[in-house]
Amino acid sequence: MTKRVGIEASIAVAEAAKLARIEVAAAYPITPQTHIVESLSEIVANGRVDAEFICVESEHSAMSACLGSSATGARTFTATAGQGLELMHEVLYVASSSRLPIVMAVCNRALSGPLNVWGDHSDAMAARDCGWIQIFSTSGQEAFDQTICAFRIAEDAKVLFPVMVHLDGFHVSHVVEPMLLLDQKEVDSFLPPYTYPFPLHPDKPVTMGAFAPPAIYTEARKAQEEALISTTDTIRSVWDDFGKRFGRHYTPVETYKAEGAEVMLLTMGSFSQPAELAIDKMRDEGKKVGLIKLRLWRPFPFDDLRQAVSGASVLAVFDRCLSYGGTGGPVCSEIKAACYGMEKSPHIVGFVGGLGGRDVLPEDFEQILQKAISDAEKGQDRAYEMIGVRE
Amino acid sequence: MSKQDFELTWKDLEIGCIVTEPGSARSYRTGDWRSQRPTYDSSKCIKCGLCALYCPEPCIHPDDAEGYYKADLFYCKGCGICAHECPKSVITMVAEEEK
Ligand code: SF4
Ligand code: SF4
Repeated sequence: MTKRVGIEASIAVAEAAKLARIEVAAAYPITPQTHIVESLSEIVANGRVDAEFICVESEHSAMSACLGSSATGARTFTATAGQGLELMHEVLYVASSSRLPIVMAVCNRALSGPLNVWGDHSDAMAARDCGWIQIFSTSGQEAFDQTICAFRIAEDAKVLFPVMVHLDGFHVSHVVEPMLLLDQKEVDSFLPPYTYPFPLHPDKPVTMGAFAPPAIYTEARKAQEEALISTTDTIRSVWDDFGKRFGRHYTPVETYKAEGAEVMLLTMGSFSQPAELAIDKMRDEGKKVGLIKLRLWRPFPFDDLRQAVSGASVLAVFDRCLSYGGTGGPVCSEIKAACYGMEKSPHIVGFVGGLGGRDVLPEDFEQILQKAISDAEKGQDRAYEMIGVRE
Repeated sequence: MSKQDFELTWKDLEIGCIVTEPGSARSYRTGDWRSQRPTYDSSKCIKCGLCALYCPEPCIHPDDAEGYYKADLFYCKGCGICAHECPKSVITMVAEEEK
């Protein structure tokens, strides 16, 4: 059994890639992901893993190189953040539609402009529809665990989709945390070697990324959608197996103090931690509040979400991203859509905050919950509210 | 590929739309794109083969009977290049009529 160590989340993610015995990494450094690639290139240079580290000239090239290496059947890893994720945007779609099981850590960062290197979810939300499996982690421990799980999920013969593991820039990526790492034997027993069914090989030629005219494009899209939806079962069973072996349990939707909660708060990523403190305090005051932490963003866990909110009358959704000129927070829109048509849908109120690295404290979450309650009582259904903004 | 693309359902597609059969483009009926088709006055043909050289498809071959150059209409897109290049004005493009 491994012992608890103090380690920075980024370094732990690089260790996870090493423990997964990656064969190729292609990455371009960008704040706040830099420590992942720095430490990974060191691991490769020191021969701690038998892998090629491809130094590319941009994120577009990083993802393109990953396509090629994954298609030959090599276990492939990369990492990026913010503008970097945007620069690889078009290639993300090719990775998912070609069903190449690349694993990528994304240290979530705000998008320019104004130029900002700190954390929020604007980058992830802009890549929402790219067809990848997307998992949000709330801590360094989770980012480490999820990176290892991501390889097994991605490469499962029933899945074959690329996976993004999101960890909040700085709030997770740069925090030194007490963590339980796994050793090589444990990871080897959990993660079998990767065998891609159609590797690029001269003995058995295949065409990848072929042209699809209008007569076939719709069918290709339908096949991809059905395949992505059906990955949920595998994701669950991989997490179950991980939990059984290593004692840390993960589910698509996690709840905290949800028993009998009438008012609930939903968060994604690291801000679930201060939110928990707010829930603790309000519970101590006898208020029936609870927290929902959304872990699996794509494919969206509709049933789990509906189940989690079924007892609540008010639901406050906290977004770290703003969809300009639209409905406010993308997560909130999604939750509203997911709850539409429920027999007893909670009153849903959206809040946007924590943008570009701005802290959101436990007392802010308390205020969010209070506001959501009073809005619901007054029957107000405003589009959304930006919190912490100076008027 | 035994089926034409418009006959395939989403369940028929290989993972990632990968094409596993080498040379399968051979069964792709580009003749569907045609709005006009080449017709021949072979009595003027000198069998120089220029039409076959210029055809972008390339789908013109000598026919079995007398060796005159003719387009394979399964692939012919109807671009009219052969008609333009033929030195003996053998080829006339005529509009495909709706059936
Ligand atoms: S170019 Fe004209 S003359 Fe020459 S082979 Fe073709 S049809 Fe005959
Ligand atoms: S019309 Fe165009 S495609 Fe058809 S045979 Fe002539 S050159 Fe070839």
